[in-house]
Amino acid sequence: MLKIQDLLNKLEVELKHKVVERQLNNPLMIGIRTGGVWVAEQMHQRLNITDPLGLLDISFYRDDFSQIGVNPNVKPSQLPPQIEGRDIILIDDVFYTGRTIRAALNEIFDYGRPNQVILAVLIERDGKQIPLCPDCVGTSITLNVGQWVKLIGPEPLAIQLQTQDLVA
Amino acid sequence: MIDNLQLNAEGRLKHFLSIEGLPKSLLTEILDIAESFVGIGDHQIKKVPLLRGKTIVNLFFENSTRTRTTFELAAKRLSADVLSMSISTSSTSKGESLLDTIRNLEAMFVDMFVVRHAISGAAHFIAQQTAPHISVINAGDGQHAHPTQAMLDMFTIRQIKKDFSNIRVAIIGDILHSRVARSQIQALNTLGAAEVRVIAPKTLLPAHVESLGVNVSHNLTEGLKDIDVIIMLRLQKERMTSALLPSESEYFKCFGLTEAKLKLAKPDAIVMHPGPINRGVEIDSKVADGPQSVILKQVSNGIAIRMAIMALAMQKQGIN
Repeated sequence: MLKIQDLLNKLEVELKHKVVERQLNNPLMIGIRTGGVWVAEQMHQRLNITDPLGLLDISFYRDDFSQIGVNPNVKPSQLPPQIEGRDIILIDDVFYTGRTIRAALNEIFDYGRPNQVILAVLIERDGKQIPLCPDCVGTSITLNVGQWVKLIGPEPLAIQLQTQDLVA
Repeated sequence: MIDNLQLNAEGRLKHFLSIEGLPKSLLTEILDIAESFVGIGDHQIKKVPLLRGKTIVNLFFENSTRTRTTFELAAKRLSADVLSMSISTSSTSKGESLLDTIRNLEAMFVDMFVVRHAISGAAHFIAQQTAPHISVINAGDGQHAHPTQAMLDMFTIRQIKKDFSNIRVAIIGDILHSRVARSQIQALNTLGAAEVRVIAPKTLLPAHVESLGVNVSHNLTEGLKDIDVIIMLRLQKERMTSALLPSESEYFKCFGLTEAKLKLAKPDAIVMHPGPINRGVEIDSKVADGPQSVILKQVSNGIAIRMAIMALAMQKQGIN
């Protein structure tokens, strides 16, 4: 039911519209590791963005460090040194609680003060826990209890909808 | 004993007291995580929020420049609150015992002690005695261990040489008094270096040094052959209790690293030194400041590696 190409096409249309509406000037695109980077690679190409794609690893900015500790697979973020005053398109695969985006914004702002940031996600699902929302979406869905949506990739990209058995 | 104390029930780092007893996978994890901390010094805001709200006390009972400042910077870059205790101005000089000092600091709700002490085993003792939620990091104890220095050296070696399996490392000089050398030897052997060679006069080597897993040479000219990494050690005159050397100039002549002697190692060999350097005693200035020297890189890397160790030791402490 969730066809990856349909979602990527819709996200591309929404992003192009938003770039005009918000008058983004020479935008810098940033993908959040790992799934967000896969989506961002597609959008980077489709929007003909000239600056290299920025890669963001939010491991050091997560709010659950005291519960889960350091992610052993953390990789350095790769952002250009000049974030100050830039127009940024931030991309993730799934928008769920909003906590990842909070962490990502905190990290970006530690590099400098951007002019504006717009958020594009392939899938927005229910379950928001903090008051943030995406500007552009490939689709918005509501899942049943125990259902989980995940982007798998990078080649080929596919959407996986899982149902977890709930333990009583 | 030490390894049980250093790891929690799940095998994760709790205290960092010695390289001894730590598995290769954990050492590699520390090096990998440190990689991601290196770039933080270039950000406009040179901090990550990992240890926000945590309190770290630097307890330095011995003098230090690099270790103390890099520990302090590392803690600050993790957003922890740091208290650096200078023992000469504390109540220890009025006769307060080590344990009483610790108990009083515990009562101030600290989360981590970073300890440097002239007595071997001091950090281990504090880790045994302290409250269960507190982590202890050894910043050098007597002649026993200096594990964070060894890890920053491993990090620097891996940055340049990429892999440990093909490298031959020479540790040169005052091995006898060196806690750094002990920790380096353990780390290099755990990480699988092809060879660890110690080069020193007999009077500056501990008895049965071979049992640490090293080859021994008493001749610098012969010992440097095929070496990829040269680690020079400081002549620790303050710890020498008897005349172990004829003179400093004699020592420099036989064991000092000069440009001419450096040519005997592999052409792409790197030169390291944990500092502080005695120029003209163990190393010539031209080598210390030369193109093969990575001594200042070691200092920069000290921040990233200490961030990684502190972050790992503090994880999950919040809920247990």
